[in-house]
Amino acid sequence: MTQNIIELSAAELAQKLAEREVTSVQAVEAHLERIAATDGRPVEADNPYAGKTGLNAFLHVNTEEALSVAAEVDAARESGEDLPELAGVPIAVKDLIVTKGQPTTAASKMLEGWMSPYDGTVTQRLRAARMPMLGKTNLDEFAMGSTTEHSAYGVTRNPWDLTRIPGGSGGGSAAAVTAFQAPLALGTDTGGSIRQPAAVTGSVGVKPTYGSVSRYGVIAMASSLDQVGPCSRTVLDAALLHEVVGGHDPQDSTSLTDPATGFASAARAGAAEGGLKGLRVGVVKELTGEGFQAGVEQRFREAVDLLRSAGAEVVEVETPNFRYALGAYYLIMSSEVSSNLAKYDGVRFGRRTLPTDGNLTIERVMGATRAAGFGAEVKRRTILGTYALSAGYYDAYYGSAQKVRTLVQRDFNAAFEKCDVLISPTAPTTAFPIGSVDEHADPMQMYLNDVATIPTNLAGVPAISLPAGLAPEDGLPVGVQFMAPAREDARLYCAGAGLEALLTQANGGPIWKDLPDVVTAVNNLPGTTSAVATEGAAK
Amino acid sequence: MSADILSFEEAMENFDPVLGFEVHVELNTKTKMFDAAPNAFGDQPNTNTTPVSLGLPGVLPVVNKKAVESAVRLGLALNCSIAPVSHFARKNYFYPDTPKNFQTSQYDEPIAFDGEITVELEDGTPFTIEIERAHMEEDAGKLTHKGGATGRIQGAEFSLVDYNRAGVPLIEIVTKPIVGAGDRAPELARVYVAAIREIVKNLGISDARMERGNVRCDANVSLMPKGSTTFGTRSETKNVNSLRAVERAVRYEIQRHAAVLTAGDAIVQETRHWHEDTRSTTSGRPKSDADDYRYFPEPDLVPVVPDPEWVEQLRAELPEPPSERRKKLKAEWGYSDQEFRDVVNAGVLDEIEATIAAGATAGAARKWWMGEIARLANVRGTEIAELGVTPEHVVEIESLIGAKTINDKIAKQVIGHIADGEGSPAQVVEARSLAVVSDDGVLLTAIDDAMAQMPDVVAKVQAGKVQAVGALIGPVMKATKGQADAGRVRELILEKLGIN
Repeated sequence: MTQNIIELSAAELAQKLAEREVTSVQAVEAHLERIAATDGRPVEADNPYAGKTGLNAFLHVNTEEALSVAAEVDAARESGEDLPELAGVPIAVKDLIVTKGQPTTAASKMLEGWMSPYDGTVTQRLRAARMPMLGKTNLDEFAMGSTTEHSAYGVTRNPWDLTRIPGGSGGGSAAAVTAFQAPLALGTDTGGSIRQPAAVTGSVGVKPTYGSVSRYGVIAMASSLDQVGPCSRTVLDAALLHEVVGGHDPQDSTSLTDPATGFASAARAGAAEGGLKGLRVGVVKELTGEGFQAGVEQRFREAVDLLRSAGAEVVEVETPNFRYALGAYYLIMSSEVSSNLAKYDGVRFGRRTLPTDGNLTIERVMGATRAAGFGAEVKRRTILGTYALSAGYYDAYYGSAQKVRTLVQRDFNAAFEKCDVLISPTAPTTAFPIGSVDEHADPMQMYLNDVATIPTNLAGVPAISLPAGLAPEDGLPVGVQFMAPAREDARLYCAGAGLEALLTQANGGPIWKDLPDVVTAVNNLPGTTSAVATEGAAK
Repeated sequence: MSADILSFEEAMENFDPVLGFEVHVELNTKTKMFDAAPNAFGDQPNTNTTPVSLGLPGVLPVVNKKAVESAVRLGLALNCSIAPVSHFARKNYFYPDTPKNFQTSQYDEPIAFDGEITVELEDGTPFTIEIERAHMEEDAGKLTHKGGATGRIQGAEFSLVDYNRAGVPLIEIVTKPIVGAGDRAPELARVYVAAIREIVKNLGISDARMERGNVRCDANVSLMPKGSTTFGTRSETKNVNSLRAVERAVRYEIQRHAAVLTAGDAIVQETRHWHEDTRSTTSGRPKSDADDYRYFPEPDLVPVVPDPEWVEQLRAELPEPPSERRKKLKAEWGYSDQEFRDVVNAGVLDEIEATIAAGATAGAARKWWMGEIARLANVRGTEIAELGVTPEHVVEIESLIGAKTINDKIAKQVIGHIADGEGSPAQVVEARSLAVVSDDGVLLTAIDDAMAQMPDVVAKVQAGKVQAVGALIGPVMKATKGQADAGRVRELILEKLGIN
């Protein structure tokens, strides 16, 4: 029974809950058990920074509240109350989104132990949808990174191969849905933080149109780029979750006024027979070839062929300014980071570190707090952004980057005159081994992971990543990405669900039929066996 | 070594002052600039806050529409152009009174720009001041430094911060450099700030109480040698918070600059602080290129795009400008040019208008506000409006005089007691037993005493020198501590002597 529940998609689980085949309490318990069996125990009892022995996808597990919300939903259903579609379906939340009653850390020592006194808009919407929150998922500190190696609380492991990274920054949410710890999760995507983890874990991730989902209560990394979005195993599930959290929010000035609807029906239409007929798909010339792993290219080409065979019109489009996108992104993002993270100074909330000697002036306390509270990648980007905004450099750096941003938007506009959606690989490679990129020596190597995802953030347009199979050379998941014009998120769900159906048919099942047994793999991790085995035995 | 300051006259012989003002006006909107926290003065520290005004993780600002409306109306009243599109920017600096460690402010694209206002100097000479811009921003919190001797940050053991003021909407009005004021520069400074205060009060967009910091002036002063047109290095004197202080601070800075320049030294471009107690300024932090606020467009806010029709509607609905209003009031009240200018310069136009509206004659209103009340304010070193005497008090005093309960002399005492917080005129008269002695018996006794002591005067009066009666009235008034009605005393004496 347990095994069955966790393998259900959110849509399927919602169906079974509605038909009272399963209760929400059972669903929450099954996922909590799975988390216990796969996430591991603290490596060092008194040291949260050492991480956990298993996947380490969760920074906080919200057992009590999740069970009580589930029980309320079950009772409401018993009494015949009208419930929202996903009521009772559990969800994990990236620990960048503030939640009343649970800690919010942004995976930083800076916010260790901080409890938000308020709920973010998306958190409120999950509560209104009566979805039990299983807990908060791991990420790179303040969402800065592509591996979760920059979490202050230990790296999250990729369920496909525990020695590899799950992508980042939203590696925790992606690993959680991939490893059946949760059917759904929320992520945030500033330069690919939802989509790149989805790609390297073989799951689905959507970056909605900028302004489609409220950012109120989402700890800001780069305000003009950040966007909340769904993580799931199926395209339809992502669409259902997008409908729950999306829509106008007066507390976010950049929020679009149009309601977010029609995503699930678009997904269903796309998956239906002939759903892709006549869809004009543009292959982005600049996002293939050099720098892309052979197996990634291969699966990508096969996916394009499948689309063509299903009646889609495939054309090639050129986006000449995409080559400047990465540079522009790192200037704009780091500039906004330097300002957004200034509030973490030890004065009002979170960590306060006093200097060990000398006077306790405010400057020195702020300095000591920031020195102790922030990790290396946060400091690097803060320094880079501070420099880029400095008098005398602003025009050359921030100013130029904003011009590139406009040029990238123009490239998208021109491309979308020729096609309905664009397609590219999501990430240049499959998941690489933990610790294999020395980003201190060469941060650009890590930043290059985001080369295909960044243009959409710069332009504010939506994109979806979905699994395209396993790379032949390493057996690891490959992601493909559809991009659509702003406010045309529905097209993504249509095209994504269509391709998902074609791939499932071609491969004889969903990608996770090949997922190794995560519980066994976790138990077999060197040096961690006993702790997890004990946990397992106790259940 | 040169003297710290030169005399103002000497300074004026050799230099021409150039002024510039940044006036911050706190708006009286119900809520703050970017969130729903109440905008209120004087509450318990840190109670008027929300996660947004505390800058907690994850929060976002939303622009207060009423504040935009106030900014547009002020821009129009200052004869500015209203920007069809304006933006907010972030001014980044670390300081604990700023919850986000940046201030959200308009930078290179203010909502209002290129305006001008004409102010009147004390003698009625008009002077036009060009307005560079008026832009929206948020106020910072309030720091209180504890444990130091001076209440200043230097030497303090710790500091307290109150975020009630953090995020309160401000409009900053920046002038273009003002040249040509000559030796009237200090006076111009005062009348300019008074004019701004009057304008925002007239628009109803600010409580405009300088003592509460609703209107704060930063005064920039520089000197150029007479005949030169090249501006000198300026100093910026911060937060000069009364009209008198503005005038004095500008005068002081002119004298200080002149002394420094005359000695052949260079003016340091810096922020200075005005001290009312010593009536001098001291150096704050040097202002230089080291202040790099790393401005960039605020990504959490969308541009402010006021609908042109709405702007035109606001323009049409603007109240009568203060100068027009003054013209009208002068005619209504029948004051002479000089009388009216004095009233304006004393800053009691509103008080007199309210006093007349409450029932007093124009003459009586002027007599009290420009007479005893003004004298008392001067003696006590405060603004007339801050003395605590209200238009209603003045009307009440007038009616007490009319009813012969008190006389003019007692009324003056009553005003002093009102200013001491002893209550309304009637309460003061009652509590202090100041009512005129109207009991003829008491008066007659005093008259008998006086006549007994001055038989020669009595004889003179009886001989027909009626005007000599004054010598008898004096002692009677003295005996009744001034609480007698002199007219009635005269009547009684003449009656007693059989003269009618």
